[in-house]
Amino acid sequence: MSERLTEKLSILADAAKYDVSCSSSGSSRRNEDKGLGNAKGEGICHAYTEDGRCVSLLKILLTNHCIFDCAYCVSRKSNDIQRAAFTVQEVVDLTINFYRRNYIEGLFLSSGIFKNADYTMERLVRIAKKLRQEHNFNGYIHLKAIPGASEELLKEAGLYADRLSVNVEMPTEQSLKLLAPDKNRKDMIAPMKYLKGAIEENREEKKLFKKAPLFAPAGQSTQMVIGATPESDLQILWMANQFYEKMKLKRVYYSGYVPISNDNRLPAIGTPVPMIRENRLYQADWLLRFYGFKVEEIVNLENPLLDTDIDPKLSWALRNLHLFPLDINKADLSLIMRIPGIGVNSAKKIVAARKFNKLSWDNLKKFGIAVNRARNFVTCQSDHFSFKDWMPSQIKERILQSGASKYKPNFSPQLKLF
Amino acid sequence: MTAITYDGTFEGWLTVVFEVYEYKFGDVEICKKDRFQANVFNKHHESYFDQQKTTRVWKGLTQKISAPALSGLYQAFLSEEKGIENVLLRYVQHVFGSKQSIERDYSNAAVLTVVQTAKKVYREKHRMEAFVRFQLTADNLYYAICQPDFNVLPLIQKHFKDRYADQRWLIYDSSRNYGIYYNLSVVENVIVSFNEQTSKGKNIEVITDEKEELYQRLWQQYFSSVNIAARRNTKLHIQHMPKRYWKFLPEKQSF
Repeated sequence: MSERLTEKLSILADAAKYDVSCSSSGSSRRNEDKGLGNAKGEGICHAYTEDGRCVSLLKILLTNHCIFDCAYCVSRKSNDIQRAAFTVQEVVDLTINFYRRNYIEGLFLSSGIFKNADYTMERLVRIAKKLRQEHNFNGYIHLKAIPGASEELLKEAGLYADRLSVNVEMPTEQSLKLLAPDKNRKDMIAPMKYLKGAIEENREEKKLFKKAPLFAPAGQSTQMVIGATPESDLQILWMANQFYEKMKLKRVYYSGYVPISNDNRLPAIGTPVPMIRENRLYQADWLLRFYGFKVEEIVNLENPLLDTDIDPKLSWALRNLHLFPLDINKADLSLIMRIPGIGVNSAKKIVAARKFNKLSWDNLKKFGIAVNRARNFVTCQSDHFSFKDWMPSQIKERILQSGASKYKPNFSPQLKLF
Repeated sequence: MTAITYDGTFEGWLTVVFEVYEYKFGDVEICKKDRFQANVFNKHHESYFDQQKTTRVWKGLTQKISAPALSGLYQAFLSEEKGIENVLLRYVQHVFGSKQSIERDYSNAAVLTVVQTAKKVYREKHRMEAFVRFQLTADNLYYAICQPDFNVLPLIQKHFKDRYADQRWLIYDSSRNYGIYYNLSVVENVIVSFNEQTSKGKNIEVITDEKEELYQRLWQQYFSSVNIAARRNTKLHIQHMPKRYWKFLPEKQSF
């Protein structure tokens, strides 16, 4: 019996791994009445796979049987693979036993679509309910909201889950039509809209009645596959920005397409995963969410693609050299955060510390900022520091020369023979 | 220069701080009693823990700096880094020497060192919350052995108590030779003597629950199944999960 369980786990974890979200942060669920577990603000990564990604949740499909035939998905109907399905009890036992051993923060449950959307969603909800009600489990639960599921089921899901997510899969409707003819964009946007409303309503209610039940306290997220279709970074980031502004999503994930099919609508097997592009998109995403950048400052009609050899903040600064140099001892926090090489925390440190003393280059180094990049954009209290009037291309060259970017080998003009 | 020795506890160190003011010591070098080596050129003062002195210093600090800054002091102390007591003393002297709170005066060397050391310790605390792996014994105890870089058990006990409120657990720091044990109501410090059979985590089947091995195997299976081979990035993997932690992680053992 245990062998069959191990086999199922390997099939259904393997099929779930292309969903990149593994966040366990942002919830507020506490351990009540000496039950099991809690989901505190910070989130914990309990392990990291050999590809360097965080393992925070038990991320599995309930089943990989699926009635849809989406070209980019390993579980598509026409794919000849082993199929399996967990029972409700198996998922509950795995979650509880992994959790008690401190392997995981909780469960991320998704599923192939069997029969129809509601039938599938109902089973996901049943598992979450059982964990919460029968096992007094207060760990993190992330449920996939199945496109097309009814509002009643979504509402019930929100009562048990910390986070819900509907994946839009493709950045544009055309791409979705091309690769996932059984799905339609409306079915994805509708549950997102419903959840947005329900979450906002719940937050208002919480302000009035502390005892009001939690409803998806960690909000909702979505995911787009990158590099399977020809969208530009402009299209992708504008779409993401819409989700943040209009749908109040907590996160948009970008999943570099891992070739898994010989379908001629898709990049061939063996095509490298677009990991640098994916990384640059995440950096841009951070600029939107934490650094006060507007999307049109990062990508626009003149610059529809992110640079791959330098990060998007540096690209922006090089396009806007007229704003620099900034005086580290005077500039506003919001501007200091825009200096390449200075992150949110360092910026705050600088603004707090300069109330005591004028800061010198030495201080900045000790704070741990990326000197190599920042020195081209700031002035401070130092003799041996002078800002020179370089051209953008010269600055870029200087930074690339002196830096040790992890992507350097990808852009090195030197021939690599071995 | 006066060498001051003390019992090695945070409370004992606070007494030292009091006495530095009380006896108007100028240059001092604070050192744990068991690490002290007498030096003919130094005067030596031995400080004994005194509740009143300790409380007065702590109270004085609470009036001058914020609660997060206070926990920062404690965290930095738990780093056990050589000379950290002296840096902390300079920090405290800076606190009492100025009218406003100096906790963000990052261009001051002592303040920056304390903040950065506290951050290191905090990271280790967070790693232990992530990398502790419990094994279930036949008598229903979840136990874990660890060797944190810093003395972080005092910092993680609340997390584990809040989370695993309905199971008995023991987390043992085998390099500092003490552990924390939760008996379903409170957490207490314990010292355990291991017998030879089980001391290195070998032969665990002797004492573990019958299901323990199954779940370890399932976890190993899960860990290898979620990996995407096409995205292999060993450098990042090791950066996040440094090798020194591997021996306590079932997913990094071969099966």
